[in-house]
Amino acid sequence: MSENAIIEIEDVSKSFGSVTALSGVDAIIREGEFFSLLGPSGCGKTTLLRLIAGFDEPTGGTVSIAGEPMAGKPANMRPTNMVFQSYAIFPHLSVGENVGYGLKKKKMSRQEIADEVTRALAMVDLAGYGDRAAHELSGGQRQRVALARALVMKPKVVLLDEPLSALDKKLREQMQIELRQLQKQIGITFILVTHDQEEALIMSDRIAVLFEGEIAQLDTPEALYRRPVNKRVASFIGVMNFMPATVTASSDTAMSVNIPSLGQVDLRADQLPEGLNPAAVDTIGVRPEMLTILFDESETAEREAPGEVTSASYCGDMTYYSVLLAQADEPVTISMRNTTGRSILTPGTQVRVGWGHESVVLFD
Amino acid sequence: MNVTRFLSRNWLVSYAVVYMVLLYLPALLLPLFAFNSSTIIAFPLKGFTLEWFGVLIETKALHKAVQNSLIIALITSAISTLLGILGARAIVRFRFPLKRGIVGLIMVPLILPEIIVGVSLLVLLMQIGISLSIWTVIAGHVLICLPFSVAILSSAFQGLDPSLEEASMDLGETRFGTFRRVIFPLILPGIISSMLITFTISLDEFIIAFFLTGTDVTLPVYIWGQMRFPAKLPSIMALGTILLLLSIFLLVLGELFRRRSARRQGKSTSPTGGLV
Ligand SMILES: Nc1ncnc2c1ncn2[C@@H]1O[C@H](COP(=O)(O)OP(=O)(O)OP(=O)(O)O)[C@@H](O)[C@H]1O
Ligand SMILES: [Mg+2]
Repeated sequence: MSENAIIEIEDVSKSFGSVTALSGVDAIIREGEFFSLLGPSGCGKTTLLRLIAGFDEPTGGTVSIAGEPMAGKPANMRPTNMVFQSYAIFPHLSVGENVGYGLKKKKMSRQEIADEVTRALAMVDLAGYGDRAAHELSGGQRQRVALARALVMKPKVVLLDEPLSALDKKLREQMQIELRQLQKQIGITFILVTHDQEEALIMSDRIAVLFEGEIAQLDTPEALYRRPVNKRVASFIGVMNFMPATVTASSDTAMSVNIPSLGQVDLRADQLPEGLNPAAVDTIGVRPEMLTILFDESETAEREAPGEVTSASYCGDMTYYSVLLAQADEPVTISMRNTTGRSILTPGTQVRVGWGHESVVLFD
Repeated sequence: MNVTRFLSRNWLVSYAVVYMVLLYLPALLLPLFAFNSSTIIAFPLKGFTLEWFGVLIETKALHKAVQNSLIIALITSAISTLLGILGARAIVRFRFPLKRGIVGLIMVPLILPEIIVGVSLLVLLMQIGISLSIWTVIAGHVLICLPFSVAILSSAFQGLDPSLEEASMDLGETRFGTFRRVIFPLILPGIISSMLITFTISLDEFIIAFFLTGTDVTLPVYIWGQMRFPAKLPSIMALGTILLLLSIFLLVLGELFRRRSARRQGKSTSPTGGLV
């Protein structure tokens, strides 16, 4: 078992009849981290979470929690607790009874249970709600009750299946921050399932991106955003401009890349994603905020390329431009902050686009 | 406004009114004649009397029949509901080979003429040499009540979010504990509905009871036997009145209970939500 791993997933696969939900999943989740499983609908996120929780058994591979293989251990024997997507609040019990549900199985006195419940409710900002009926709660409150019910068990790992997807945007954003703070404060490992890349970026220490039952990339939010390993990850997380390119020369430390729309550039060898052969590179990617429109003569950039604005969409703090670079077939997206002195450019305007070699990501 | 004109314009309303009158008027005749002091069941009414109820109290054979019927109805509703819980749970939650066929077989007695069920059961029992008793009637009644139990309880199980069970297991509870603390309380309204309905079905079932009853006759069989004696008719009316009130009482009780528990769970309280 590696140093501070709490969950080890080794070569796990899961099939439902002829449907393969997961195949060859390897991951190590560290103690105390906020880990997210991110991916589009149907990619197997819930399936993986349920394998960890013990609701299903893997078809192949092993799941270990705290160094102990979990094969054959049902959910009620595992040191994990789940916050369900539907919250699964027991409708016939009060808020307090819901939170204390699992404690009744532990050897605790009535008073101890009541104290724990009170403390857990306070932790999720629901102090004094113990006697409320479950159906009197709002969506956000139900989510908190579900969380308190899991936390009160003092599990090694809390599993959350899209816990915020049922909430409206404002509340969701507020809960993202609260949940993250709470996790840091109590230091328990959280595994969050989400299909919302922004949510994963905001909340997580590390993220596993799943496509069709396989982990495409497992990294920190920053690494995922800056150094996506393939086009699919790149376009799933944020927006990426893709442009055709070829590697014209490469050595152990550097390579020369020809990007028709931007020009010739030298990149460091470590900008090549691991396992990618320089000869296989046919595309580069640049994020919209890594391209700049140089508004007047005095503004400069590491490199420049000429282009023409084809459209502009104004979003208050930002304006998103489509710019057709001189040697390109398709326009790129460029996001510009609307600071003082910057007017909104009209389509047809000829512009200089600034960019730098650091922001270039290579793909095959 | 003229009543006939109103009704002819609102033909749907008139249809409903006629329908309700035809449906419930016969039942209202029961209490009318039960308190009528004539031995002949005909208008005009003669006078008020409680005599026929007194007759009921004195008829020992009737008491025995009532007792038989109650025992049969109670045991039938218990067995049928218990089997219904097991069957409904399997139907709603699990997939197994020949599921459709098995569910179909459970439901068949619903459309099979009772006389066929009665005759074939009688023949079968004769063949294997089981003598008729209240237990044979119970067996027949369970057979025809089971579809109702399964239907009612299936809808109760369907309303149960499967993640509630998983949540309970996840919180350290065992399978049995999960049933006791989560599933049972949540399907209790369905269980009570099932018991009330199967109790009522068994209580007034005649054809199967007629074939399968031995010397211990049930109430409907007893009543049918008494119909041959015109002098007994008024007391049968009195008996019918009691049964009518009892049924209304049971149904109202069941519905009140169902609404209370639905309210507690924050569900809608539509009038037929809990029944079939
Ligand atoms: N019990 C099951 N029986 C059959 N197929 C299943 C079952 N559970 C999941 N699957 C299949 O496995 C695949 C992955 O499902 P899963 O629920 O893990 O997706 P997900 O990533 O959680 O998607 P979503 O974001 O929509 O919740 C899907 O193709 C799904 O149809
Ligand atoms: Mg899911």
